[in-house]
Amino acid sequence: MNGHLKRRPVLIPGQRPWLGFLLLAAVLVAVPFVAALGGQAWVRIANFSILYIFLALGLNIVVGYAGLLDLGYVAFYAVGAYTYALLASPHFGIHLPFWVILPLGAGLACIFGVLLGAPTLKLRGDYLAIVTLGFGEIVRIFMNNLNAPINVTNGAQGITLIDPIRIGDFSFAQTSTFLGVSFSGPQKYYFLLVALALLVIVVNMRLQDSRIGRAWQAIREDEVAAKACGINTRNIKLLAFAMGASFGGIAGGVFSAMQGFVSPESFSLMESITILAMVVLGGMGHIPGVILGAVLLTGLPEALRYGIEPLQRGLFGRMIIDPESLRMLIFGLALVLVMRFRPAGLWPSSQRRRELAESAD
Amino acid sequence: MSEKPLLLEAHEVAKHFGGVKALHDVSLTIRRGEIYGLIGPNGAGKTTFFNCLTGLYKNEGGYFIFDGVKLEADAPHKAAAVGIARTFQNIRLFGNMTAIENVMVGRHLRTHAGVFGAISRNPATRAEEGAIVRRAEELLHYVGIHERAHDYAKHLSYGDQRRLEIARALATEPKLLALDEPAAGMNGTETEALRVLVEGICRDGVTVLLIEHDVKLVMGLCERVAVLDYGEKICEDVPAVVQKDSRVIEAYLGGSVA
Ligand SMILES: Nc1ncnc2c1ncn2[C@@H]1O[C@H](COP(=O)(O)OP(=O)(O)OP(=O)(O)O)[C@@H](O)[C@H]1O
Ligand SMILES: [Mg+2]
Repeated sequence: MNGHLKRRPVLIPGQRPWLGFLLLAAVLVAVPFVAALGGQAWVRIANFSILYIFLALGLNIVVGYAGLLDLGYVAFYAVGAYTYALLASPHFGIHLPFWVILPLGAGLACIFGVLLGAPTLKLRGDYLAIVTLGFGEIVRIFMNNLNAPINVTNGAQGITLIDPIRIGDFSFAQTSTFLGVSFSGPQKYYFLLVALALLVIVVNMRLQDSRIGRAWQAIREDEVAAKACGINTRNIKLLAFAMGASFGGIAGGVFSAMQGFVSPESFSLMESITILAMVVLGGMGHIPGVILGAVLLTGLPEALRYGIEPLQRGLFGRMIIDPESLRMLIFGLALVLVMRFRPAGLWPSSQRRRELAESAD
Repeated sequence: MSEKPLLLEAHEVAKHFGGVKALHDVSLTIRRGEIYGLIGPNGAGKTTFFNCLTGLYKNEGGYFIFDGVKLEADAPHKAAAVGIARTFQNIRLFGNMTAIENVMVGRHLRTHAGVFGAISRNPATRAEEGAIVRRAEELLHYVGIHERAHDYAKHLSYGDQRRLEIARALATEPKLLALDEPAAGMNGTETEALRVLVEGICRDGVTVLLIEHDVKLVMGLCERVAVLDYGEKICEDVPAVVQKDSRVIEAYLGGSVA
């Protein structure tokens, strides 16, 4: 039906895409087992990469498709995380199943998204950035201080002993054996996360190539003309905002369950900026680019952490720069370099490259 | 002359920018099925009239009655929804989208697929998407640029861009098509082709409101013409009468030499 539409998201180029897909599937299945050779910590790193792919693709709908600069995305992640934490932990003694709480968290995040977006989406882009930035901080501060007079969030200590995701007797927290292969907890979460990531990839792809996706693109290109075409630009933007927020909420819930612990610290402004950087660095609006951005920005710092310490000790006999500062340093440098030499991102869509080429003229 | 029913009534529409009275109590009526010309020297307020009509500007005085209903034109998308489509004097296409995609955006208003349809690609959505593509192809054919369907809008020639804008406007299924200087920058052949196109659009049942500087084109096409000068309507009649009106001649000769 859309065969003649040239702009289709292509994950793997080549004439025989199924071959690529098979290869990709094989790699995806192998990852948690290969990573486990280096210890479960590496499986967790892989898990976080995928969680960030999920988050970044959620934000991509807002930033990449609708062109709205959201600097407070982590607030929705926090809403999802705390929804899960409060409804599946000893903190209130409530233990609802995940299939109730995850959608609930997504719904709540969505409501927050609409509440924030409805009054602000009329504003110009830069105002939206400031408002969302403020919102992100407000949510975090609330989480930090809602421990008195009634202890809702347990303040800075956060909430512990959060239930893992459990389907009947099958818990994601323990090791279990299938067909003679033993799966650790993190390995099981890995496959859950891959499934979720595939879901968000499909959602991204299909949205892009739809009536709604075209409306988003039209708004990015020329908002006045889009309005004259009968597009209710405010509602369509709000839709993107709410969708992004919902995905943030789901990611937050999974994060809670996987970690078993949440505290406000996980939802700092830096986190929002990191997720945004994944989208921008990889290539706004381009699914493979965003995935690349997410993998690079989660994988590299971890690799650094594990690689740089032995390296420094070997070279200098002690630690000269601690990995955390080095991480920030490299992060900043990478952003500057990419913006200087590849302003459309590391792996941009041809679309975005054209848009940028045009504004450069 | 047989009296056709009214489609648009403008009642004492006023709009000013600071001290500039861009529109000064402009009233006019457009009948269903006619081609109505709006002319006047540069800065007379023609585009401003369009912008008020389509909800891009809020007029300070007066009101519009469209198809028997008072326009609540506080948002452009509402004007489009009741059946007023327009083109822009300084072409506003979605440059990095293909020609056919531009027209497909024009179908937004008359189609319904939402997020869930987009994600699930259910049969209803697929059917609708197919219909959008077909209608867009038809419209590109209609304006005569179907060979360019998959070119990016910004790569089209000037004349083709004007045509694409018309196709996109027609995609919203308007009752009134408002064209803001569609022949600007066109050569003789292109202008002639445009004349044929506009006549065809009118014959197919869409009322046309035409702003144009090309006097020959306006006089040849329009059943009735209104002349604006410094925000005021100074004349409204059939072309033959307008051409001989002393105020019109003065406005044009007094301003720039037309
Ligand atoms: N957004 C605006 N802000 C301030 N002044 C405006 C604005 N739009 C139009 N004007 C002024 O209103 C008057 C009418 O302008 P308008 O664009 O409607 O003229 P026009 O008849 O379309 O002229 P042209 O033939 O040059 O397109 C002009 O004096 C113009 O400077
Ligand atoms: Mg004008």
